[in-house]
Amino acid sequence: MSDFASGFWDLYIGIITIAGILACAVLLKSMSTHRVSGESDTTGHTWDEDLGEYNNPLPRWWIWLFYITIVFGLVYLLLYPGLGSFAGSLKWTSTGEYETEVKQADERYGPLFQKYASQDLRQVAADPEARAIGQKLFLNHCAQCHGSDAAGGRGFPNLTDHNWLYGGEPETIKTTIMNGRNGVMPALGPTLGESGTLDAANYVLSLSGAKHDAARAARGKQTFATVCAACHGADGKGNQALGAPNLTDNIWEYGGSLADIVETVTKGRGVNALTPGASAMPAHKDSLGEAKVHILAAYVYSLSNPRAAGASAR
Amino acid sequence: MNDTLKNVEVLPRRDAVEEPLYEVRQKIYPRAVSGWFARWRVALVLATQLVFYGTPWLEWNARQAVLFDLGARKFYVFGLVLWPQDFIYLTLLLVISALSLFLFTAVAGRLWCGYACPQTVYTEIFMWIERKIEGDRQRRIRRDGAPLTLGTLGLKVAKHGLWIALSLWTGFTFVGYFTPIRELTQEAVALALGPWESFWVLFYGFATYGNAGWMREQVCKYMCPYARFQSAMFDSDTLVITYDPARGEPRGGRSRSTDPKAKGLGDCVDCGICVQVCPTGIDIREGLQYECIGCAACIDGCNQVMKKMGYRPGLIRYSTENALRNRWKPAQVVKRVLRPRVIVYTAILWTVILGAGVALWLRVPLKVDVIRDRGSLSREVEGGMVENVYRLQIMNASESPRVFHVQAAGLPTLQVAGESFFAVEGAGTKMVPVRLRVDSGEARPGSHRIEFRVGAVGDPAVAVRERSVFLVR
Repeated sequence: MSDFASGFWDLYIGIITIAGILACAVLLKSMSTHRVSGESDTTGHTWDEDLGEYNNPLPRWWIWLFYITIVFGLVYLLLYPGLGSFAGSLKWTSTGEYETEVKQADERYGPLFQKYASQDLRQVAADPEARAIGQKLFLNHCAQCHGSDAAGGRGFPNLTDHNWLYGGEPETIKTTIMNGRNGVMPALGPTLGESGTLDAANYVLSLSGAKHDAARAARGKQTFATVCAACHGADGKGNQALGAPNLTDNIWEYGGSLADIVETVTKGRGVNALTPGASAMPAHKDSLGEAKVHILAAYVYSLSNPRAAGASAR
Repeated sequence: MNDTLKNVEVLPRRDAVEEPLYEVRQKIYPRAVSGWFARWRVALVLATQLVFYGTPWLEWNARQAVLFDLGARKFYVFGLVLWPQDFIYLTLLLVISALSLFLFTAVAGRLWCGYACPQTVYTEIFMWIERKIEGDRQRRIRRDGAPLTLGTLGLKVAKHGLWIALSLWTGFTFVGYFTPIRELTQEAVALALGPWESFWVLFYGFATYGNAGWMREQVCKYMCPYARFQSAMFDSDTLVITYDPARGEPRGGRSRSTDPKAKGLGDCVDCGICVQVCPTGIDIREGLQYECIGCAACIDGCNQVMKKMGYRPGLIRYSTENALRNRWKPAQVVKRVLRPRVIVYTAILWTVILGAGVALWLRVPLKVDVIRDRGSLSREVEGGMVENVYRLQIMNASESPRVFHVQAAGLPTLQVAGESFFAVEGAGTKMVPVRLRVDSGEARPGSHRIEFRVGAVGDPAVAVRERSVFLVR
């Protein structure tokens, strides 16, 4: 890491630091004695014309403390980074310290996670201790989007119902967490036009038996079959291989009103050109590691399968 | 009182010389003293050390009675379990200590320094050991002045050995307040102390050994801030240890049979006992000095001499500047104790003590932190209800396991959806997600103030309320 373009500044700082320390030593030495007139035992300081100060000497060890700080400073500069770009003989860095701590934590907690890593996910889900660990992991790493109760929110799927975009088998959940998901609904507004979008949206509403305009829905049926069915299926029941949601179950990730659906069709969902700032499920393989993801997947599985998790999920 | 600053004649610079501003410390050999005040000090040494060395060994509820568990961030004081959130009580304790110091100092000077300060207490213990091994002042001075012999070396080794043993025990006890002392004993016996425990045992032991064995009065003179600012609490009616020059001067030696009046002498026989017993090596007859720690050793020493001489005791005594100047009787001095400064200190002190006591009495052993989920504002759920999610950190500050019931209020039809009873182990913490719902027609879009009510099942006194907000979009 080069802070400055020129090596001159390292030298500059180093020289100033050393010179400053030496100057302190010289100052201390010169200030430890005082030249006073023979007859007076004052320090020679005078305030307000006639107010003097007796010389009540401090103990000798006191000035030694100052010299010790100078020695300490020099030893410190030798061992630790401080003199320009000199790294110090201990080669200490804050990054190194952090890595050491991470390594120690891994050594300490690794066996705990390893114990579960070799077990089947369903077995882990049935273990109350593993679920307690899983909940803590979930609150730290997942709750920001999916909510503390895992029930999701607008744009973030509910993990406690039996409705899964990519499948609810524990192994599938683990794959989802490990590699992330990036399901994209393309923006169809330009293709369908305003009226065509309304027709399609009304047809989608009709699929779940919601209130809709029957005439538009009838027109939209054709659009759906040619455009939407590719992902959502001819019957609108979705496709878990693509993460295309089931449109017939009245569960809506982005809202189930006509306006919401029109917006979804027009602009698309997920990370595409018309939805800046949209998010996708990130991969956690590298940030968490497989052992933690294993427990996390079991926990998420247990949320919608309390029976699999034994008597109670809590 | 401080003679550092005085009007001195500034002489012209002739025959200028180099003069050191630092000097080697003159070792002080305080002479042993007995008497009323010495007995008080011994009593206080014993009392404070009994408390210090004994407390960690007490048991309470099958655990150490007083334990400051820094790792778990729980502080056990007998029946009380304090959490970091209770730090206000430590603040109050420190405020009470400071105000007590102010009050005692205003009334009778450096009582703390003379009788109860650890620096005094450990110095006293160390000097006692020193006297038992090396003998009193004269013998120590003579031995230190003589060439080193094997016998002297033996005595010194024995003294330092005992000092170091006591210091290590002190350090060990200190660490025993932070690590269960019984486990610590087993570890120490097995020589398996952890690095931090070893460090603090040695550090605190070294501080004890260095301060009480070597530094002694220098700590009070050069390091202690209290010694330097206590003069702010002094006034002319503060009791201080003082020599009565009107009675004592002119001082001079005489035989017991001599009538001092005939020789024109005061009561001071100039025996120098008051200087010899002084642990800071000052002469109290020069007046009040900042080095004086108020230990009253000179009073005891002088009274013994007065008794031998057949004079009244109290040539050196607790008195005030005004009392000395105006020749007041003790009753008049006592009357001046009730002056505004003392009354104000007392009033503030008792207000804080009562406030702290009441606060501790009313303290509910339950704490709840409410963290609203930031990721989602609100969501619609089945039945047309609006739902918000919160994370509740329930801290059971009692030592028995409890079940807590979470309720919410502040909006019509506001209710907890799902689980609302949570079991938390004794002195434990639980983070629980809680969902609140209202009927969608009940609340306008926007932010609504609501309140969580968390209470222990079966104990209505253990309940807290925490405010939060409910958002509707």
